[in-house]
Amino acid sequence: MDFEFSAEQVAIRDTIRELVQDRVAPRAAEIDEKSEYPKDIERLFADNGILGIPFPEEYGGISGSSVTICMGIEEIAKACASSSLILAVQALGSYPILVAGSEEQKKRLCPPLASGEKVAAYALSEPGSGSDAGAMTTHAKRYGDEYVLNGTKQFITHGSVAGTLVVFAHTGGEDHRGISAFVLERETSPWTVSKVEHKLGIRGSPTAQIVLEDVKVPAANRLGEEGAGFKLALAVLDRSRPGIGAQALGIAEGAFDYALNYVKERRQFGQPIASFQGIQFMLADIATQIEASRHLVYLAATKVDAKAPDLTKVAAMAKLFASDMAMRVTTDCVQLLGGYGYISDYPVERMMRDAKITQIYEGTNQIQRVVIARALLR
Amino acid sequence: MDLELEPDHAAFRAAVREIAQSVVQPFAAEVDRDQRFPREAIDAATRSGLMGVLIPREYGGAGLDALAFTICIEELAQACASTAVIVDVHTSVGTEPILLFGDEEQKRRWLPRLAQGELLGAFALSEPSSGSDAASLKSSARRDGDAYVLNGTKVFITNIGHAGLYIVFARTGADERAAGISAFIVPAETGGVRIGQVFHKMGLHGSPTGELVLEDVRVPAGNRLGAEGQGFTVAMRALDSGRIGISGQALGIAQAAVDETRATMRERGHDQGDDFTLAEMAARLESARLLAYHAAWLCSRGLPFTREASMSKLHCTDIAMQLAVDALQIAGEDGAISGSPFERHVRDAKALQIYEGSNQVQRVVIARELLRAG
Repeated sequence: MDFEFSAEQVAIRDTIRELVQDRVAPRAAEIDEKSEYPKDIERLFADNGILGIPFPEEYGGISGSSVTICMGIEEIAKACASSSLILAVQALGSYPILVAGSEEQKKRLCPPLASGEKVAAYALSEPGSGSDAGAMTTHAKRYGDEYVLNGTKQFITHGSVAGTLVVFAHTGGEDHRGISAFVLERETSPWTVSKVEHKLGIRGSPTAQIVLEDVKVPAANRLGEEGAGFKLALAVLDRSRPGIGAQALGIAEGAFDYALNYVKERRQFGQPIASFQGIQFMLADIATQIEASRHLVYLAATKVDAKAPDLTKVAAMAKLFASDMAMRVTTDCVQLLGGYGYISDYPVERMMRDAKITQIYEGTNQIQRVVIARALLR
Repeated sequence: MDLELEPDHAAFRAAVREIAQSVVQPFAAEVDRDQRFPREAIDAATRSGLMGVLIPREYGGAGLDALAFTICIEELAQACASTAVIVDVHTSVGTEPILLFGDEEQKRRWLPRLAQGELLGAFALSEPSSGSDAASLKSSARRDGDAYVLNGTKVFITNIGHAGLYIVFARTGADERAAGISAFIVPAETGGVRIGQVFHKMGLHGSPTGELVLEDVRVPAGNRLGAEGQGFTVAMRALDSGRIGISGQALGIAQAAVDETRATMRERGHDQGDDFTLAEMAARLESARLLAYHAAWLCSRGLPFTREASMSKLHCTDIAMQLAVDALQIAGEDGAISGSPFERHVRDAKALQIYEGSNQVQRVVIARELLRAG
């Protein structure tokens, strides 16, 4: 057992922490208020190698380890959940290539992502297929050495800003066994953005509806065999779920850091409110929940890195547990600030709004429970 | 024992529901989105006599009891939580201090206008450095002949900018705690009354909240409510029944969350996980409603109800928060899109755990009542 990060990971974390404090944290409130994708933060991450974390060195990256990815997401999410998705979705959109791509595809498609020249996105959900991914209607028809894609994808994080989009579509049969995966590059296979949603939280992270109308994709950009797409989609989600757990963890930690300082400074009845036992018990419960979640998230990340046989179950547990924790903890942190917690002059109401989505996306927490129960009863 | 509503209360509920669903609800999403005062809803409430529910008929009100008031706020909140809190604050903490502590002249002068919605009431107790510790407030009221001169800054004032009068608490005596506080009726148009920052909030976007700045505000001595030094008692008594109103608001949000969840599940299909969540939501809501109605019933009968009002506020608002989050979880990503009632309920519900005494203060009150000797 070893609960510590490697020296290399600590160095990466410290770099990120410093960048986040200096450059991301001061922008977080504005990003939320304007519901604006922070292109400047994307560039900052690209220039400092952060977008290369999801990739091994042979494909132009600096790590490829899930533990390192989670560490990065957690650090960024402490200050700005929207910005943490720039790294999280870079990983999500790249996993299909790293997991199922041929050597040629990895060598060709990864370096521009690892350098941050392009950002990636992952298009699985559709208006009529959320938790039931097999019910998707997007289809890809083969003509010679290319496919033509048609369909609509829904709730695609960064679908409007990505340069590389992994799309799942039917190439045969109507059930999940007929689904294949494709890599669309915007210059050669342009997609249309039909809507960008206004949301409760993570307002700086655009969630797009994407329309594919006769979009041509080279057959060389199909990932794996025809029909192997659904299995790939699930394998990718297994690998990315610890990252959502890490995001939830970071949001909770950011809110708690703020609230902890606040209760030490806010005075009522002639003393800091932190001196009241009712407040102290809340602090103890929050810190304990955060600690428990952190270990589960990093356990799941090490399982991903080790390709452990129970990674599906543990990744689902980490995502479920950490996101439920983040919702409770951020709600309590607003409570600790009282009326000030409820107004946008203070960051914790944003963190509470941001936390909610972690219970929903990359598989709702109901789906995580289904996955866990299935693994237990197998 | 009979836990059913009396026919009068049931009929009143049906009447409020009709207004809430036909006039208030259609504006709820827009009021939230545009962060604007729900003028149409408040006008409808005014026309229907809902601004004077608790005011006796002799002063132009409906003369109904605390249970009717709870039902009124519950029905309004089911349609629009912002509208509900505007009416709630007006009716309870904005009006009841006059009803309970005003002299005959004050009642004749102010209550009819409040009852008819000509004036919107508001309650100005909290200050930047005195929230839960209300007795430490710093605003001052200096006696000057037959008037008082008020100075200070009040914060988190619901109905700010729209209120016609504010019930203001300020220090008149040397005592630095509760015994030095007095209550005043301060008409909004009085010289020196100024609106400070209006807050941008997570939810309740239709209900303006902000700072009330008092700069040498001169009010006649006849505007003092009760005796000098009685102000803290006035505030605490007003908050006791205010908490019943907030419980009603919580019930309305929770009921809306349950109803919208049922509709979503019927439309989309459901598995056992959703079924269990819905069942638990409904059971919790029932428990909360009975707690609130019991507190209102005690209040209506003139029995002590401080502990029950605090329990009701604590339990109902915690449940409203939980149910709003559970409902959004069942709705999924569609529910998190702006304009969806699911995400609005989550944002709105959070305020209820904080205002009219944070839920930490409710626990302090409940424990104090439980541990009192005798």
